[in-house]
Parts: sequence; structure tokens; C-alpha cells
Amino acid sequence: MVAAAPSVKRRTSPALAAVLVLIALAIIWELVKLVFRLDSRTLPHLWDILAALGEPSRRNGPPLIAVLLEAAVFTAQGAVVGFAIGAVIGFVLGTVFAHVPILERSLVPYVVASQTVPILAIAPMVVIWLQGSWWSVPVIAAYLTFFPVTINTLRGMKSPDPRAIELMRSYAASTWETLWKLRFPAALPAIFTALKISATSSVVGAIIAELPVGVQRGLGGAILNFNQYYITGPQRLWAAIAVAALVGIVFFAVVSLVERAALRNIVR
Amino acid sequence: MTPVVSLTNVNKIFSGGGRPQTVALKDINLCVEPREFISLIGPSGCGKSTLLRVIGDLVTVSSGEVLVNGKSAHEARIKREYGMVFQSPVLFEWRTVLHNVELPLEIMGVPKAERTRRAREMLKLVELHGFERHYPWQLSGGMQQRVAIARALAFSPKLLLMDEPFGALDELTRERMNAELLRIWQETQTTVIFVTHSIPEAVFLSTRVVVMSARPGRITEIVPIDLPYPRNVETRESPRFFELVTHVREALRRGEEMGA
Repeated sequence: MVAAAPSVKRRTSPALAAVLVLIALAIIWELVKLVFRLDSRTLPHLWDILAALGEPSRRNGPPLIAVLLEAAVFTAQGAVVGFAIGAVIGFVLGTVFAHVPILERSLVPYVVASQTVPILAIAPMVVIWLQGSWWSVPVIAAYLTFFPVTINTLRGMKSPDPRAIELMRSYAASTWETLWKLRFPAALPAIFTALKISATSSVVGAIIAELPVGVQRGLGGAILNFNQYYITGPQRLWAAIAVAALVGIVFFAVVSLVERAALRNIVR
Repeated sequence: MTPVVSLTNVNKIFSGGGRPQTVALKDINLCVEPREFISLIGPSGCGKSTLLRVIGDLVTVSSGEVLVNGKSAHEARIKREYGMVFQSPVLFEWRTVLHNVELPLEIMGVPKAERTRRAREMLKLVELHGFERHYPWQLSGGMQQRVAIARALAFSPKLLLMDEPFGALDELTRERMNAELLRIWQETQTTVIFVTHSIPEAVFLSTRVVVMSARPGRITEIVPIDLPYPRNVETRESPRFFELVTHVREALRRGEEMGA
């Protein structure tokens, strides 16, 4: 393979790079296990985790991978709805704060404070308020996702050159026109940065929310379940974690693709 | 004929924020006739940019009267009677060159087809046809500034306000842009008020040069420029040009000494 490498320096394709990183991580995993003499309960072999995916999780049940993927789809629904709610709330709050300084000064501290309250403390309250309905899941996911969107929308909306604002003023443009023709496009890069952060935290939010809501069908339920049987089958919890990570990565990738399409003309 | 700009006893005092008051403009009186090209020149802090913003209703005066085409500056801005060009082009990086020039027309509700036609015409005027679909970052600084000029002229304003538009360009590009601006001014029949640091630029472009001095910002002298048209490279090398440059330089120096 080395001999076949062309003399001209070529860019490694992203897909190839991803595979190489995955292989490197796998080697590190197994080396850590070997060097620190970790037993399979502390850190199972990667191939045991992969093998567990193919085996039924219950006697005569479907293979674990099928169970986990079904749970992932269920959790993803809560996460997507929560992400959407959080993004809209964050965008509206950020936009209002950017236009009304008095609201920015008086309310932003509370927005920040909301994020210092552990989600584990908020979640049971939301469940009670919403009487244990499925909607608790997206609401809790939204609680985690609105914050970065609010802060970055605010920052992005205030980012235009003051002279660009003067320019719009010289055209006697309304606040609304200045918002859509100047502030919003200028804020898009910052908003997308926030959406990428929110995409992954919405998955975390949905998984955590499933626990107090008592939803069994999602990844939260699966993780809780496999936690209880960790002694007998640690690889199943690891497999559930891997699938949860996969959901987060897929979310992130989708948002990144939309970002690339939306910002393709902007060179930074 | 109504003057395009008429300033009577205009004062502007910046205060607040716990800082001492600054008299940015003191007793400014100026009358600009249609088709004039007026340069405002003076040291940093003499209020020339503030004066330009006062005319454009981007800064409100503390006292005095500002009339643009016989109306208050505010009314003139609402009626979109002037175009503005800044030192930096302030182009919207997410818009193509054509769409940047269309921006004011879009806000003014001009229909799509008419907008595109006007914008193309303006780009031709600033000699940028063929660059319609480029993005700002693909153009040089001088070209970007020409797009900004095309944008300011797109809705045919009677008045063009320019705040050191060529300050960031190198000397040769600047001289070329000066010549182009003169041509555009003659073709479009607009009135121009032009802020600059450069004495030769002011003399080359203007019908009158308004000399200002700092602390407090005030007009110390108005120098009529009687250079014949067309003005070109030879103009810059004529004895009369040097006389006028010297005259303006001395006026600036006198203003400095008065302030000191």
C-alpha cells in the first residue's frame, strides 16, 4: 500500500480519515485493557461488544442491535422535537435580546442561571407538570438546547459592522427589514455553531428525560435496564452507549450538512 | 433654486457617559448648491465625519437647522434622498455583487426585473460589468469600493455622501478612483459631499473645499476650486493645481494654530 502511494501529495478523504481514527481508537482501547490488566467487567473487549449486538438481549428475543436501533429511533423523535422547540425559543429570545437592551440586561442572567440548575433536578418537576406524558421528553431536551442558541443568536445579531446598520438606516429600512436582510444573515454562522452544540445535547436531554418520565422504549430505558444487569453482561451497556453516541453523531452530521448548504457562499 | 444642503448655526455636543463634554461641531454654516462637489477636509477629530452624518440624519444636532432639499434631514432620509459610501465598502458578504447593488432597491420595493436592470446599469457605470455574480471577497479593495458606489447610486439619489471612501486604497488606485468618481459625478448630475484627509484628492475632485479645524470642530475657510474640466492626469501636474493644494494646506495650518 505504501509502495502504491503516488508521489504527489494527496488529501486524505474524510471518510478514510474517520475509519483510520476509529481503528486507532480501537487499538488504544485494547492496549489500555492489556497494559492496565482490566478485566472484561471493567472494560469488555471490543469484539465482545460487537458480538453482543448480534445476540438476543432476552431469551428468544430479537438481536440486541434491533432492540437498540428501535430504542434509538424512539429517543431520536423526542430529541428532534426538543431540538426544534429549543432552537425556536433560543432564536426568538436571542433576537428579542439583541433588539431590546433592557431585556438583555435584565433577563440574560436568568437564562444563564437556568443552565446551572442540574437537569436531574428539573426533569422530575417537568414530568409532574406534564402529568408524565411523552411531551416531558422533548420539553426537557429543549431545556438543554435553547441556551446555546439564545446566546449565539444574540451575539450573531449584534455582530454586523455599525456602518452596515447606518447603511440600512440611510435607506430608511424598518427594523424588520434590517433584521432579515442584515442581522439574520450575519448571525447565521454563529447560529449554526449553536445548533451543532444543541443537536448533541438534545440527544443527552432526551435520554436523561426518559428516566423520570418512565419511558421504557427509548435508549434511556435501555441504558437503565442494562445498568442493572451490568455484572452479567457489561458489553450490552457499552453497546447501548455506542448506539446513543451514534445518534448524537448523526444529529451533528445532519446539522453540519444543512450548515454547509446554507453558508456555502460565505468564506470565513 | 433650493440648495441641496443648508446648514444654519449647527452645533453638536457629545456628552454623557461620565466623560467631559466634547464640542464636535460649533456654529457650522454651509450652503451647498445643486451639482456641487464639496470636500470636507481637516485633521482627525475636526468633526467632518460627524458633519456628514448630521446631513444624513445618522446623528442628531444639539442646535441649529439642517435642511436637505428644503426638508428636514430626517424627512430627507425617510424619503431616501441621499446615498452613503463609507471608508470600508460595507458589502454584505452573503450577497453577490449584483444583489449588493440591488439591496437599496429591494428595500424601496422596486420590482425584481427593474431592480436587476438598474443594478446592471450601475455596475456598468462603475466599470464592473461581468462581475455581477462574483462575491465581495473575490474582488480587490478598489473594486469593492466601486460596488459600494454603484449601490449608493442605484436609486438615483440627488445627494451622495462619502466618508473617506478611498482612504484605504493605495495612491495609484486612489487617483484612478478619483478620476472615475469625477466622471460618474458628471454623468449622474448628483451633488456630492466628500470627507477626506487628502489635500490633492480634495482639490482634484471639488468645486469647493471646506477646511475644518478641531477642538471645537468648525469651518475655518472655504476654498473655491477653479480648475477647468475635464480634469485628468495633466490637471494634477498643472501649476494652478499646486497653487490650490498649497492654499488649502496653509488654510489647514492656520486652522491648527487658531485652535492651539
